[in-house]
Amino acid sequence: MPLHRTPRTGPEPRTLALLAGAGLAAGAAVWAVSRSRENPVVFRPNDDAPDRASRHPGGTMPVGRTITINRPRSELFAFWRDFSNLPQFMESVEHVTVVGDVSRWTLAAPFGRKVTLETRIVEEVPDRLIAWRSTDGSDVRAEGAVTFRDAPAGRGTEVEAVVAYVPAGGEAGRLIARLFRLVPAMQGRRELRRFKMLMEAGEIATSRNRKD
Amino acid sequence: MRALTWHGKHDVRVETHPDPEIVNPRDAIIEVTATAICGSDLHLYDGVIPGLMSGDILGHEFMGRVVETGPKSTLKKGQRVVVPFTISCGKCFFCEHQLFSACDNSNTAEKQDLSEPLYGHAVSGLFGYSHLTGGYPGGQAEYVRVPYSDVGPIVIPDGLEDEQVLFLSDILPTGWMAAENAGIEEGDTVAVWGCGPVGLFAIQSALLMGAGKVIAIDEYPKRLALARKLGAEGIDFRRTKVLEALMEMSGGLGPDAVIDAVGMEAHGFMPDTLMDNMKQRVGIGADSAHALREAILAVRKGGRVSVPGVYGGFLDKFPLGALMEKGLTVKTGQTHVQRYTEELLRRIGEGEIDTTFLISHRLPLEEAARGYENFRFNQNEWTKVVLKPGMTGA
Ligand SMILES: NC(=O)c1ccc[n+]([C@@H]2O[C@H](COP(=O)([O-])OP(=O)(O)OC[C@H]3O[C@@H](n4cnc5c(N)ncnc54)[C@H](O)[C@@H]3O)[C@@H](O)[C@H]2O)c1
Ligand SMILES: [Zn+2]
Ligand SMILES: [Zn+2]
Repeated sequence: MPLHRTPRTGPEPRTLALLAGAGLAAGAAVWAVSRSRENPVVFRPNDDAPDRASRHPGGTMPVGRTITINRPRSELFAFWRDFSNLPQFMESVEHVTVVGDVSRWTLAAPFGRKVTLETRIVEEVPDRLIAWRSTDGSDVRAEGAVTFRDAPAGRGTEVEAVVAYVPAGGEAGRLIARLFRLVPAMQGRRELRRFKMLMEAGEIATSRNRKD
Repeated sequence: MRALTWHGKHDVRVETHPDPEIVNPRDAIIEVTATAICGSDLHLYDGVIPGLMSGDILGHEFMGRVVETGPKSTLKKGQRVVVPFTISCGKCFFCEHQLFSACDNSNTAEKQDLSEPLYGHAVSGLFGYSHLTGGYPGGQAEYVRVPYSDVGPIVIPDGLEDEQVLFLSDILPTGWMAAENAGIEEGDTVAVWGCGPVGLFAIQSALLMGAGKVIAIDEYPKRLALARKLGAEGIDFRRTKVLEALMEMSGGLGPDAVIDAVGMEAHGFMPDTLMDNMKQRVGIGADSAHALREAILAVRKGGRVSVPGVYGGFLDKFPLGALMEKGLTVKTGQTHVQRYTEELLRRIGEGEIDTTFLISHRLPLEEAARGYENFRFNQNEWTKVVLKPGMTGA
């Protein structure tokens, strides 16, 4: 299921245009329909809010958050698109290596373990969208998208990050579940806040009095 | 370094902590020369503000000398500065709109999670306050790490004493913003609840802004006397029925604007106060808001309600009907200190504003705990306490 748009009956023309390129719009529509059959209570054609704000969260519900950052869209996109920048504000990401179109993410898991997430970009619209999905060989199955939209009234950029993890079986799966199912919403909003701090204030706020 | 440390309700001690160092590029380290105890510190001392942890360093009114600067600080070593209690990045939407106490970036990413569910939005960082506001080590200490030192601190010219400018950090701009929020028009009658430092500066500011009559309400003779010396008329709420008196003293109209400079721990034996206090004691986040309720009832129709007094939780028996039916306007907030420091420094320099009249006691930092105890329990005599790390014991 694509995450970078909210399934609904009347998406904005701009969003549709973005999606059409990768042929994902059809997928989104299918998802919306199948969901509406599963649970008719959830499907409210006159509700424009993202699904993650639903009162009836389902099992596969992605987590995500939108934040407004007082910087131009292109600057934010460029910083994010250079994945080696991400560990600066994503605490659980230790480092990222990019080989061709595949990125390998080393993530800190509980008890000092490490897990590897391997992803491929499935869609990219410069200055607007980066959508990715885990490769078949990844420890972790996940997909996500970051969208950059102009904020109204010259307030900068609305950055929306959405991610969904599918826990695998086995020990790694359990670890990942702990890491990502219990805390993903919290982790996500903290990472977005740090991204905003870094881009707006040039540094990440801390109340620590010393470096150690 | 030595610093005043919170350990629980009515338990504060001066202890030794590691010296702060530069952590972020925009930081500076200040060696504190003067710091004060604020009415807001009393809410922490009384344990009615949520989110404190044993070992926290308190204090948010402070000034001193710059002793170290990060690579992106614009301060220079040796400069004398007053530091606003609000920590503000200067770059976010709110800072750009001069809403410095609403800064998006100064609270930490993790601690923003504490206030978001409580208030609907994460609040900004403050020095020496709660972990809801970032848990930043405060200024009742020998040294303070000051984030965003290129935006907050104001450099003090030679020739002005510490005591003349120290209150630029909080209560002077707070009193000023309280009067500004009251939307005073020439000749207005303004009633001010509380003749503590904030109330006194609100009275002074209201008169400067053109109020025709200011009526001050408190119970302590010495505090009422300071208010009357500024030019206010007094009401002792232990002796007088406040609502009736205010109507009589404003020609039956009610004050045009009212200012609640009391906050969440109103005194008195009014039935609502007793109930509020009981709930506050069992820790269900209830505010004691007698002054605010009374102010809303007292103000004239279409009047303005300004609330510099601090509230932290929830409130019932709130006269919402009066607010709506009389068509009132309410303005409140932690003070946007950086918005006012420059203008107020100028007014101090020109002799237009005296800030020292309310200081009753000066103590070495080592005796800070005694300062808290007396500022809390001997309010009549102890109107404002200034602590000086360099001062030797009395
Ligand atoms: N908005 C801000 O940014 C800001 C900044 C500083 C202080 N404050 C708040 O302002 C308030 C006052 O601060 P302060 O330093 O003057 O404190 P303070 O404790 O010295 O003064 C409070 C005064 O209110 C009086 N009072 C109590 N109950 C009363 C009642 N029912 N009616 C009338 N008066 C009553 C007390 O006798 C006392 O003199 C506190 O809540 C403080 O937290 C807010
Ligand atoms: Zn204060
Ligand atoms: Zn800011």
